[in-house]
Order: sequence, then C-alpha cells, then structure tokens
Amino acid sequence: MSSFSVNEPSVRTKWFAGTLVILYAIITMIPLVWIAMTGFKSPADAISYPPKYIIGSDSDAGFQPTLEGYVNLFTTRTRQTQDYLEANPPESWADEIVRKYDMVIVGPSKFGERFLNSVIIGFGSTFLSVFLGTLAAYAFSRFKIPLADDLLFFILSTRMMPPIAVAIPIFLMFRNLGLSDTHLGMILLYTAVNISLAVWLLKSFIDGIPTEYEEAALIDGYTRFQAFYKVVLPQAATGIASTAIFCLIFAWNEYAFAVLLTTANAQTAPPFIPTIIGIGGLDWPAIAAGVTLFLLPVMVFTILLRKHLLRGITFGAVRK
Amino acid sequence: MAEVQLNGISKAFGATRAVHDISMTIGDGDFVVLLGPTGAGKTTTLRLISGLETLDSGSVFIGGRDVVNDTPAQRDVAMVFQQYSLYPHLTVRDNLAFPLRSPILKTPEDEITRKVQKIAEVLQIPHKLDNKATALSGGEMQRVSIGRALVRNPSIYLMDEPLSSLDAKLRADLRVELKRIQADLGSTLLYVTHDQIEAMTMATHIGVLEEGRLVQYGTPKEIYENPVSVYVASRLGLPRINILPSTLFPGAHKGPQIGLRPEHIQQGDGTEARVLRSEHLGDQTRLHLEVQGHPLTTLTDPNQQVAVGATIKINLQNPLYFDASGARIV
Repeated sequence: MSSFSVNEPSVRTKWFAGTLVILYAIITMIPLVWIAMTGFKSPADAISYPPKYIIGSDSDAGFQPTLEGYVNLFTTRTRQTQDYLEANPPESWADEIVRKYDMVIVGPSKFGERFLNSVIIGFGSTFLSVFLGTLAAYAFSRFKIPLADDLLFFILSTRMMPPIAVAIPIFLMFRNLGLSDTHLGMILLYTAVNISLAVWLLKSFIDGIPTEYEEAALIDGYTRFQAFYKVVLPQAATGIASTAIFCLIFAWNEYAFAVLLTTANAQTAPPFIPTIIGIGGLDWPAIAAGVTLFLLPVMVFTILLRKHLLRGITFGAVRK
Repeated sequence: MAEVQLNGISKAFGATRAVHDISMTIGDGDFVVLLGPTGAGKTTTLRLISGLETLDSGSVFIGGRDVVNDTPAQRDVAMVFQQYSLYPHLTVRDNLAFPLRSPILKTPEDEITRKVQKIAEVLQIPHKLDNKATALSGGEMQRVSIGRALVRNPSIYLMDEPLSSLDAKLRADLRVELKRIQADLGSTLLYVTHDQIEAMTMATHIGVLEEGRLVQYGTPKEIYENPVSVYVASRLGLPRINILPSTLFPGAHKGPQIGLRPEHIQQGDGTEARVLRSEHLGDQTRLHLEVQGHPLTTLTDPNQQVAVGATIKINLQNPLYFDASGARIV
C-alpha cells in the first residue's frame, strides 16, 4: 500500500502540488518581474498603453532596454541650451543618455546615500536585536529568573499594537533626546520593535537544545559563558539565521517611522524612492530601478543564510 | 586521582527528597558502583559531586579539598552521561580533544593528538576520528562519550549508566574494557547503574541507594552475603532472593521472614515443593517451585530432568533472616 503511505505522496499528488507551487510562484513573481523590467524602460515606454513587455522586440508590445532609469536614479541633471550642449560634448556614456532630453549630469543624486543609510540602520538594528535577543533568550531558557513568564509576556506585549500607534510619543522623545534624524536613533527604534520577536523566536530554538551539551562542557573545564559560546551558539545557528532574516526584513522595509523621524541626514531608501521626480511627473523607470536595487540586499542575505535555515544538522547526537 | 568524601549531602527538588543525608568515602583508586532502581537518587548524587547541582546541605571533599563553592570545571571531575551528549557540530577528534583544549587544561596540540589517538585505539574507533559526531552509531557515540572522559586524568570519573543504551554484546565488551582501563590507570571511579552484573563484576565497593538514602556500603561480597535488609538482598543475585514466611519450613527460626538464594536451597529431603516450571538456560536450569502456595525460584543441575508437576524435597542451608519490616536479623 505504498501509494497511500504518509511518507511517500503519490505521483498525482506530487504533480498537483508542484503545479500549485509553480502557479503561486508565477503570480507572486509578476510584480517583481514587472518592476525589474520597468527599470530598463524609457519613461515613455514605462507608461505606454497597451503595456510593452517583450525585451528588444520591434513589435507593438516590445521595448528597447535602456539604462536611463538607473542613470536618472543615481544622478541629478539640469536642462541646458543648445549652444552649451554643442560646445560641451558628452563626458561619459551616462551623460550621452541624458543628452536626448537636452540635459547634462551635474552630480550624483541622494540615492547612494539613502541606500547606505538603509544598510547601516537595517543591518545595525538586526545585529543588535539578534545579539541582545540571543543573550536574553539563553537566560530565559536556562536560568531560574523570578517572574520569567511575566517578563516574557511583557516583552511580547510590545507587539500587541502597531508600532506606529506610539509614533507621536516617540517623535517627541527623539526630539528631546536629539535622536531625530540620526542613525543611532533609527537603529535603537528598530531594535526595540524587533527584540520581542528575537527573544521569543530564539528562546524556542534554545529550549530545543538539550542542556546535556552545556553540562558536558562545564565538566570538561569550560565556564558557563564559554559553554554558551562554543556549544550552544553553533547549534543555535539555524535559529539565529532565521531570526536575523525576520529582523532585517522589518527594519529594511519600514516606512512610516522613517518618513516621520528622518529627513536630511539618516533618511532610509523607502521614504526616498517615491520622491524621485522626473521631467513632467514621476520618473517611473528611475523609481523601478531604485526598487529593484532595494530588493537585492535582503535577497542576497537570505540566500547567504539559507543553508542555516535547513534544520537537521544537530539531530541525533543526544539520545531521547 | 584522589579520594572523594561525601559528608551528609542532601538535595530536594520541591517536595521530593532526591538525596538524603548520604555520607561515604570513595577511596583513591576505588571503583565504586551506586546501585539502585530508578528514582533512588543515583544520578543526583553524581550531579552533586560534579557540581551540576548545588547541595542543600552537607559537604563534598575531593582530594581533601572542600569543593562546595567550586564550579564543575574547578572540581576536576570527568563525567559520562547516560545520554551520549557528543557535541554535534564537532568531529569525533574534536569531541575527544574538547576537554583537553579547555582553558583549565590548555594541553599543547601535539600532546592532544597523541592522547586522542591513544584513547581512540583503546575504544576501537581510530578510523572514525574524522567523522562528524552525528554520523556514528549509538554504540560508537557512547564509546566516544566515554573516551571524552578517559582522555583526561581527573580526580574522579563519574559515570551515569554509560552502558545502558548499548546492545548486550557491546555492553559486555565495554564492561571488561572499562574495568581494565580503570585498573591500569588506578583511577577513582564512581559508577551509577541498576544492572547488578555491572555492579558485581566491576566494583571494588558497592553503595546501595533506597529513596535517596545510602542503605549499605561495602564490597560486592559483603553486600551479597551480608545484606542489611530485604531491599539490599533483592538488588544482587540472579535469580532474585526468595523472601518467604519462616513458618513454611520446620525448625527454629531467628525471624519471621526468611531469605533464600539458590545456594541456600538444597535438594534431597525436607519440605515438599511442587515444580511449576523449569527453564533451561544452557549452563543452568531455573526451577520455579511452589511451597504451600508461595512461589520460589532456584537453580538446578542442567543435566537433571525435572518433570512439571512433580514434587521434590528441599532443605535450607544457612538462610538469611529478616524481621517483619525487612531488616536483617543476624
């Protein structure tokens, strides 16, 4: 009766499940593909109707890929007179692209800076959340802490309302403390939001690591901290990696606080990207280019950590 | 190696008194076995000595030094857990080297290589040294686990039923091996088990635990021949000692309960007993008898054929006597 076994799904089930997964993947991928494609269109192609979606084709549905969007994203430009344009030949391939619109590149845009802010704040707060979360989770998991359950509930309760509900008090607090529009302020804020998730997720992972390992290490001549560092941490890698991804995704995508609390100095990419204005309205290819680049770090981070996301390496060494 | 002294150690978990006022001295070079059923406090005693649990009262001296306020690392003990707790992210070699690399020992790498190789050969796992700990069979894991203790030279080895998870053949092999290693090194070893064969074959001294108390401490011979109670007498001997009312047998008795091991029962004449069943084990035959409705198990010559339902006669040779509460009457 192997075809009805719980372990081995039948061929038909596999086909059905496979088709479903592929369909779902296509549906969720469409917006991403569309964004990536728009980044390589000219402003006219980006808003043309019916839409153009075949790369490099001369047909009605085709468009010629161009780096205009990326150039506009990274530069500020100004319109010049014909005399000026004739007297000053283009200095680079990027300059040549903008000449089509009688413009010249006068300098870099703010995008690089904003992107860097996102990296500093996103990864900074992720590191801090996971670092503090791991220590707290270990303590909650292993030591007898007075009122441990109440403390854990208190930590969790910070997630029971949308963070933006406390925007105004935080805005005033940040102003008084001089944290408004600083990297430190945003790192602390995102850490405060993420730490509850980090503590709870990591606690369940550390609870799953048998205490025998640490006890063996304690007897083998190591201190409690060394046992934690040498024995518990390597086994918690899976939990730490997945927690880090969750924390990064929140901090990276956060929009509301970033709009409210950052302006000239520490502004992150999310509030910046929609403000990219082109000639005669929003510059959709530049915005799409910005979004495409913005999506990459989380994707790369997740791919780098994916091997830790697979459980199973620690199973089987303690007999249950 | 050192002498270990326990002075009235106690430990309670909530309302449960896991260990109650145990005092004993484990002599330098002794192989002491703590024997008792599950829940008798054997493992807790080990954990109290190792420092993994803190004492409620009493004191522990290792090599004449009071270690009550020392961390497990400072106590210089090695422990083998019942569950083979190998570090799953390390290879067998690194598992064995782990205690040697501790900040307390800080062994030079060439010495580590030498010691690890030596212990791997003793435990017959040199070909597995570069395997991940998780890629071993249960028996190999437990051998590595024992090896991780043996690679050191601590004041005392503590072993918590290290062989209980192994199959019978490996258990028998390692039992002999462990005894040999201990004798060669002259190590002090405290070994917890509920297996009486392990206790009888390896121990220089046996401590019998009952509900957290040490009820008797002596050589295996003393414990076997002079148990202080029915409880202790039942720990050792296969088949188990038979406890019967004295009145079943004629003559004067020193107490109301009589304890009969197979060697206390002689066939020939005397009290009548009916044969219920006989089990042939090859080198011996177990006879299940009944004396006036009371079951009794003894051994007999394997060559002797005894028919089920037959009546044989038995008489007693120097039996043990106990009072109504189970205490020994000498």
